[in-house]
Amino acid sequence: MSDAAVTKSPSTEGRFGHAMLKVDGLRRYFDVSAPWLNRVIARQPRQILKAVDGIDFEIARGETFGLVGESGCGKSTVARLIVGLHGPTDGSITLEGRNIAGLTRRQMAPMRRRLQMIFQDPYASLNPRWRVRDIIAEPIRAFELVSGDQAIATRVGELLTFVGLNPLDGEKFPHEFSGGQRQRISIARALASEPEFLVCDEPTSALDVSVQAQILNLMKDLQRELGLTYLFISHNLAVVYHISDRVGVMYLGKLVEVAPSKTLFTTPRHPYTRMLLDTIPDLDMTGRERMPVAGEVPNPITPPPGCSFHPRCPFANDRCRVEVPKALPVAGGATVACHGVEEGRVPSGPILAPPPKPDGVASVHG
Amino acid sequence: MTMASPLLQVRNLVVEFPTRRGSLTAVDDVSFDIAEGEVLGVVGESGAGKSLTGAAIIGLLEPPGRVASGEIILEGRRIDTLSYDQMRRIRGKQIGAIFQDPLTSLNPLYSVGRQLTETILTHTDMTPTKARARAIELLTEVGIPAPERRVDQYPHQFSGGMRQRVVIALALCVNPRLVVADEPTTALDVSIQAQIIALLKKLCREHGTAIMLVTHDMGVIAETADRVAVMYAGRIAEIGPVREVIKNAKHPYTHGLMGSIPAMGHDAERLEQIPGSMPRLTDIPVGCAFNRRCLHVHDRCFRERPDALPVEDSRVACWLYDSANAMTLDEAKRAVASKDAGAVEQANV
Repeated sequence: MSDAAVTKSPSTEGRFGHAMLKVDGLRRYFDVSAPWLNRVIARQPRQILKAVDGIDFEIARGETFGLVGESGCGKSTVARLIVGLHGPTDGSITLEGRNIAGLTRRQMAPMRRRLQMIFQDPYASLNPRWRVRDIIAEPIRAFELVSGDQAIATRVGELLTFVGLNPLDGEKFPHEFSGGQRQRISIARALASEPEFLVCDEPTSALDVSVQAQILNLMKDLQRELGLTYLFISHNLAVVYHISDRVGVMYLGKLVEVAPSKTLFTTPRHPYTRMLLDTIPDLDMTGRERMPVAGEVPNPITPPPGCSFHPRCPFANDRCRVEVPKALPVAGGATVACHGVEEGRVPSGPILAPPPKPDGVASVHG
Repeated sequence: MTMASPLLQVRNLVVEFPTRRGSLTAVDDVSFDIAEGEVLGVVGESGAGKSLTGAAIIGLLEPPGRVASGEIILEGRRIDTLSYDQMRRIRGKQIGAIFQDPLTSLNPLYSVGRQLTETILTHTDMTPTKARARAIELLTEVGIPAPERRVDQYPHQFSGGMRQRVVIALALCVNPRLVVADEPTTALDVSIQAQIIALLKKLCREHGTAIMLVTHDMGVIAETADRVAVMYAGRIAEIGPVREVIKNAKHPYTHGLMGSIPAMGHDAERLEQIPGSMPRLTDIPVGCAFNRRCLHVHDRCFRERPDALPVEDSRVACWLYDSANAMTLDEAKRAVASKDAGAVEQANV
């Protein structure tokens, strides 16, 4: 398999043109304080949850950018910020040169056609009382893309065929479909407004593996045929690796590493990325003992000072405990936010060593 | 597994749900053994009947579901015919249970320590003081920091991973011979998942406890199980040593399932996909349940339901492996694998 690994998209960077979407210093804070009176009585300060805390990335036209991280790291908030379901606290989101952060509803409306979203739960994201044809026709009507009932019906039929369903399925209600078929309906609805950019928030997490394979294949086919750009969010690293050209790893509201997917998975740099990679169960059955990493994600309301990963990091030193690391470019087209990588104290090598012997890393994989 | 007498024997288990329009067979003629200290993985997609098989064994089938026929034998004693009260005594003492969502399997109104001591006191004749000491010991064993303090806390004060550790402590507190773990890591984050799997493996090895691990996650199975049963539409499609099933799948369904899992470092442009979806319980085809989606079907698959045929160390419910076939074993294995080779070639073009 290593031969095939080398041949996959040797020029990931060169294959795509200019940035279609650019996110700059994006922040979103949520006020999760108790009500004012309770706060005064208990003498508590306000509590602010920094769900997204200053992230930057770019997505080129036709590219798939994957975003991974554990629950609570802020990846879904990023998705919601981009499609405008939340307004950002700070920072900008630029779509083809136009800042769409903080636009009013009216100003955002024409942008919405170009940006669509696919949600995780195909049971909750389709109106159970609407027929499928009406669900798919809604964006067509809302954006007045096609006029006349006959033309809309034809277009809906086309979209259903496109996602591998039968045009006659339009007459049915969502409950008559399985999870995978519902997700196909969600995709057809998202495509109805002829978008260029799709934000996919865990689109296959609620599906069985064989159905997941069907949906991932469909998404890849659609991307090729329609030239779509994807922001693909998942907690499943193998899925993200399969579908993405570049991947960003999030931890507690920050991007700790962004790299072409091949680079990220062969030579992960950030200790957190390595830890995540090490937690993937080994289907090749090489008999490798996984290293369960100690500790859990800290409470995001009171994140640790300095680098937020330092309490779990085997390479942390005093600088990591005080100073927040900046995202710096490293070899291989990646950017990594880690003092250890910057100073060269974190040995490179794909497997994270047990904390007591950090110098054993290099010998594991050369 | 050539053990003298297996710990658990399941023989021709059938679980039915009576409905107004006739009864639905959710688990259909399932047989397997679990040896002492063995980890048997049960995988399948949703609706395959894997959780119901587990629920039937621990005697917690939700009515109107019921064991319609077959036998469940634990340490030589038939347990599927026991009364609710008799079963209650077995549950906890001989069979422990771990469920997917740790929050719903703990009582939010009782402290963790009270739940542990209650279970210990029910099944043993320890004094309350000793039981409490044992509870603290158990919390230490499952890796909960500061157990003396944590023992008096309530479930909501624990994080998801910590709660699942408490549930494991609860399942293991009176040293059961068998633990039925139904999707024990599905609700957890990946980094916590690895911790829980490692813990479960370690404890069961130390205590010599057998595990029936029900999950949809092949990765978890590959890490943990000794043998695997792959379920499809209420039946076992293939059962055998974990390495055989994963690396050398013999049933066309298992083969397709393995190919559809995206893996790191495998650069297929497209994933292998099994056409269609699993039939609904009302619509299971005659003959082999997989016949509509299988690339290797022949007439017989539409007429006769395949037996669990012995193939090397596994048992496979597929007519390709019938000794009456003109096909040799190697030819049959190649036939199943050939589709994969073709798909990989296509994908790489």
